[in-house]
Amino acid sequence: MNRKQFTFAAAAVALAFAAPAGAQKKYDPGADDKEIKIGAIHPYSGPASAYGTIGKAIGAYFAKVNDEGGVNGRKIKYIPLDDGYNPAKTVEMARKLVEEDEALLVFNPLGTASNTAIQKYLNQKKVPQLFVATGATKWGDPKNFPWTMGWQPAYQSEAKIFAAHILETKPNAKIAVLFQNDDYGKDYLKGFEDGLGDKAKGMIVAKISYEVTDPTVDSQMLSLKASGADTFFNITTPKFAALAIKKAAEIGWKPTHYLNSVSASVGSVLTPAGVDNAVGIYTASYLKDPTDPQFQKGKEWDDWLGWMKKYNAAGDIKDVNNVYGYTAAQGLVQVLKQCGDNLTRENVMKQAASLDLTLPMLLPGVVVKTSADDFYPLEREMLARFDGKTWVLQGKVYGR
Amino acid sequence: MNDLAARSALTPPRRRHGLGWWLAIAAVAVALVLLPFLVKNYRVFQFNLVLVYAIAVLGLNMLTGYNGQISLGHGAFYAIGGYAAAVLMERAGLPYGATLPVAALLCFVLGFLMGFPALRLGGHYLALATLALALAVPQLLKHKAIEGWTGGVQGIVLTKPEPPFTLRLFGQSLNADRWLYFVTLAVGALMFLLAWNLLRGRVGRALIAIRDHPIAAAAMGINLPLYKSLTFGVSAAFTGVAGALGAVVVAFVSPDSYGSFLSITILVGVVIGGLASIPGAIFGAIFIQYVPNLADEISKSAPWAIYGIFLIVFMYLMPGGVMGILRKAWARWRVGAAAAPPSPAAPQGEHRP
Repeated sequence: MNRKQFTFAAAAVALAFAAPAGAQKKYDPGADDKEIKIGAIHPYSGPASAYGTIGKAIGAYFAKVNDEGGVNGRKIKYIPLDDGYNPAKTVEMARKLVEEDEALLVFNPLGTASNTAIQKYLNQKKVPQLFVATGATKWGDPKNFPWTMGWQPAYQSEAKIFAAHILETKPNAKIAVLFQNDDYGKDYLKGFEDGLGDKAKGMIVAKISYEVTDPTVDSQMLSLKASGADTFFNITTPKFAALAIKKAAEIGWKPTHYLNSVSASVGSVLTPAGVDNAVGIYTASYLKDPTDPQFQKGKEWDDWLGWMKKYNAAGDIKDVNNVYGYTAAQGLVQVLKQCGDNLTRENVMKQAASLDLTLPMLLPGVVVKTSADDFYPLEREMLARFDGKTWVLQGKVYGR
Repeated sequence: MNDLAARSALTPPRRRHGLGWWLAIAAVAVALVLLPFLVKNYRVFQFNLVLVYAIAVLGLNMLTGYNGQISLGHGAFYAIGGYAAAVLMERAGLPYGATLPVAALLCFVLGFLMGFPALRLGGHYLALATLALALAVPQLLKHKAIEGWTGGVQGIVLTKPEPPFTLRLFGQSLNADRWLYFVTLAVGALMFLLAWNLLRGRVGRALIAIRDHPIAAAAMGINLPLYKSLTFGVSAAFTGVAGALGAVVVAFVSPDSYGSFLSITILVGVVIGGLASIPGAIFGAIFIQYVPNLADEISKSAPWAIYGIFLIVFMYLMPGGVMGILRKAWARWRVGAAAAPPSPAAPQGEHRP
């Protein structure tokens, strides 16, 4: 080894040692050399307790991560709490997580009202309210709420995907819109109009709302048919979606039918509406459906199934909420990995706002992507068409 | 039920309280004042909720415990009180203190009006009619005609009132939650005093008489319709005040905050605490606040099953509620004390006839 080589080698060694020494360990409450405390709030009791599955799946995924050595050598301590889907209780639980359990962050709290109830508090306390489980569009607002970030495709993002598909396949469509008259319905409608852009005024020939308290949407469907529209965007919750699909068939209206993913359930919407009436309807999705045979192979499926069997044995393999929890937990683990030894709340938000990855149970082509002014991690979706039995994916990914 | 009536009807002669009694009261008062500075902020927040629930439970107890009218709809008054506070504070800019009387008045009027159908409906039929109220109110709050005020499904985020002065005690500062604790405590004390004043005398006896034997009560000259409607109104007003305070404490209202289960929860609090007992409301409130959390800690899979087990165990062990068992224990202790040779220090006046 000559002198030049030696100097080079020495410099390399010095650099190798200097790097970890230079990256000082930094911690906020909830993190230390051994563990990272992650708080989560889901409804295990109450009217929305079916979503409790998500909280359990998240815990089961963290158990797997811990068995494999944790994140950068630190174990995840998961603190799941129940709010019974009651916003007043969500406030109490968020305060418990921040003030008593001293969690590093509050992960995946579920429900629009519940998250609204704690958003101000968590932003005042500068505690990350990370990857919230609601589709409302207001969660990606880093200017006013830099400590809050969404997760799943927002209603507006999804509506833009339908708009893009219409512009691509049927640029001269005459569109009728049925929407629920509340924030959720208006959110979708706004995204749809934005997506159509300048053409929205000319293309949308009718938009009619209904109230959640309405017994049926029969009269709305008759008016929409009378408008002469050949395309129908159906922004309804499950009960009304079923009613609308059924009524359209009864009155012999056969437009190109787009159904928001809120009501994409075959069991609780399309079956009661009559599967024959639902053939040809489009919806959008971003997660792999565990009942779809085309995904039941390969390493990604084996990993998922292995995890379900070993860590989440009580869970239902058919329940897509398990896929949701698995995927969201993987997103968080990636954020924590990127944080390295700088586990401050500020760095958590910084890393959450610089994601660019794919996850095994997302549909091919759907990516998690964020930036300092883009707090919408998932914006891509794939269209799916109902063939009378199941949703058939159309292959092309839309969005962003 | 009859022994309760008999006991209340025989109002004991006024007792002179000894020094020890006053010392005990003073000790409790000091403890209540110091308490929020000894625990974490989050615990203070929970205490606030306990106090709020205690007022709500007290309100329902007047109606159900004393007057025998079952209501499954008090969650609706709690919601209306909460929304009254939220709308007045955030839309009209009223100070939080001023919203409480408005909430009370509004709920009194609505409760009084609700009392009219209550006159024609007895027992289970009344319970169902009030349940309709509990089911309807959260939906009506979303109605688009009032959406501008109520914020629809999104609800209203409230600004927590800051304390008017600064203070540090045991290294803990008087922050918004601790300040609210004292506000809630003061309002709670006032409400309990009002209830005690109302129920220990003629009015209380009239209510119990109506509950136990309406025909006899009418024969005694009690104006049944008026008393029943007024009781409904006052009961609703108490619960409305609790709702308003609850909204300020939680700093958020939305239709989902006031599901129909809330009404049942308040009724559970009444029964657990002890029917026709004023202090029982506090025990009922403690149950409402802490048992669901406990159930959640025990099982994530079936927290409501655990809650149900708690409920059954409580009812089995304490059929008269917490106050029922305390009364029994007190009675047994007194019998025991009376059997023992009287100590010369004990003043004669301490013994009831």
